[in-house]
Amino acid sequence: MASKTVAAKDIITLHGSAAIVSEFFCYAANSILYNRAVYPEESFVKVKKYGLPMLLIEDESVKSFMSNLTSQISEWLEAGKLQRVVLVIMSKATGEVLERWNFRIETDNEVVDKGVSREKSDKEIMREIQAIMRQVASSVTYLPCLDETCVFDVLAYTDTDVAVPFTWIESDPKLIANPQMVKLHGFDTKIHKVDTLVSYKNDEWDEEE
Amino acid sequence: MDSGINTSSRLNPQARCPLQRNFLPKNTSKENPERFIPNRSAMDFDYAHFQLTEGRNEKDEATKVRSSPSREAYRKQLAETMNLNRTRILAFRNKPQAPVQLLPREHSVYSLYQQPKSVKPRRYIPQNCERALDAPDIVDDFYLNLLDWGSANVLAIALGRTVYLWDASNGSVSELVTVDEDMGPVTSINWAQDGLNLAVGLDNSEVQLWDSVASRKVRTLKGGHQSRVGSLAWNNHILTTGGMDGKIINNDVRVRSHVVKTYRGHTLEVCGLKWSESGQHLASGGNDNLVNVWEHSTRRSLHRFEEHTSAVKALAWCPFQSGLLATGGGGEDRTIKFWNTRTGACLNSVDTGSQVCSLIWSKKERELLSSHGFTQNQLTLWKYPSMVKMAELNGHTSRVLYMSQSPDGCTVASAAGDETLRLWNVFGVPEDAKKAAPKAVPQPFSNVNRIR
Repeated sequence: MASKTVAAKDIITLHGSAAIVSEFFCYAANSILYNRAVYPEESFVKVKKYGLPMLLIEDESVKSFMSNLTSQISEWLEAGKLQRVVLVIMSKATGEVLERWNFRIETDNEVVDKGVSREKSDKEIMREIQAIMRQVASSVTYLPCLDETCVFDVLAYTDTDVAVPFTWIESDPKLIANPQMVKLHGFDTKIHKVDTLVSYKNDEWDEEE
Repeated sequence: MDSGINTSSRLNPQARCPLQRNFLPKNTSKENPERFIPNRSAMDFDYAHFQLTEGRNEKDEATKVRSSPSREAYRKQLAETMNLNRTRILAFRNKPQAPVQLLPREHSVYSLYQQPKSVKPRRYIPQNCERALDAPDIVDDFYLNLLDWGSANVLAIALGRTVYLWDASNGSVSELVTVDEDMGPVTSINWAQDGLNLAVGLDNSEVQLWDSVASRKVRTLKGGHQSRVGSLAWNNHILTTGGMDGKIINNDVRVRSHVVKTYRGHTLEVCGLKWSESGQHLASGGNDNLVNVWEHSTRRSLHRFEEHTSAVKALAWCPFQSGLLATGGGGEDRTIKFWNTRTGACLNSVDTGSQVCSLIWSKKERELLSSHGFTQNQLTLWKYPSMVKMAELNGHTSRVLYMSQSPDGCTVASAAGDETLRLWNVFGVPEDAKKAAPKAVPQPFSNVNRIR
């Protein structure tokens, strides 16, 4: 077994892992909204998280949307029913999908079924998440400029047997035709493994390959 | 077939060692639908073994940007398409405010109420009909719509050439009209939204409008269709008629020259016709196996669904999810399909095993009731969206062609060629109406979610 640099390992339960993943998603979504300028800079406030200055949006409706989302995602993660979460950025005017931030989740079913817990250092997880956050921030260098006003939406891919709460509706995947895709870092809590991928619409200006 | 997301195994040698050169000839991941036929002589077992054992590396290293992003992308795209049948894609109902300015939201019809994920006590669904009434001479024709329960709690049923009204509150029966022989049997009836005016479609292509209170004929709409009018749907002052000639006509009943619009989208009889709750969209199903969704203003259909393999008479718009349409196919098809009419996507398709004659959504719960023919002639109650069968109601001895829901949403009336009209308390008893009111669980920001 490859040795880790950190000595201590912490026990991670299903509940804890779900909390980590849903919290990660909340911060990642906020970070994406800030970096892609979906909402103006002034509406964000800085907080310290994952050892980085993270930005959270102040807007009430978005905050409540996020909190509902994270609680529901957390619930689904604990049931092992969530397959992926996708943050979609669409043009406000045309409704066309411009960017898709795809967080694919692999759940260790043994933990869901038997309720065992795993071990992994908290610091290690934090470092992995840090790497992703940094990548999201730097993604602005290659993602095409979003000149127009955009809105975002979040889609959850779940198993078919999940009970849909009243507050969620069925949706189509909102895919992008001929997207460019970039795979980012992922992180793993030993119970849930999250992979990040961003796909975006080809910029017309980008003629050279 | 593997869904592509295999949660138990971490074995994916390619993914775990991005710095290693990839010797494997092709991407043999589980998501590749083609069979991998191993060629022993060409395989390098030592290296393969090394890859496999080395791959079980604990340090699940952050996967960096691939050298071949297109392959990864293809795999992902394939996984996504493969997943479509195993995965449900959900979006949160209450969207956040758009930046800068307020965007009028379409979803603002429903206010958000936080329901805890508690198990509601299963209500008792009586297996037998509450009442069975005689319906002699009812025409046993799949393409007709001879039953409708109006908002004034009066049920209208057409038996042969006569239209009878049954007052559900006191059980009294009255005869509204018996049409002449040359006008043929009555082929469709539909109450207007006020519950007082009744449209009666006839075999000779005419449509009569009756005032049920005064028991007098208000008007006859002639000249629209060339053959019998099998389906009707009201939208305020517009009566939409569907004929055996395949035409769908919007008639403005206030105006002398009543034909306002003609939709041509079917080549055979139009047997199913339903306006959406908002009155913006019209769904039509025909004997040509097509389902068309029309918009009020356009000429060409918004969507054309060709997936059914039999006549589509059963159409129902979902009351709790706008834009969701359920359609049911006839004898050859036997499926119920769900459509998102905003995007035109087919969300689900369920094989019921028997021809679907009619569909009704529950107004109280997330349930769907379907009526069937051969062999059981049953009514099936499904839970939505899981499509788990909650109840099967037997009683009819012939295919249950006609179904209508009471205005209070508790009872369903069904009629069949066995000449009976049965009433089922399938959606609950009237007291339940109070219990179904949402319980708001206090949660932070819950007061913010009500969109006015």
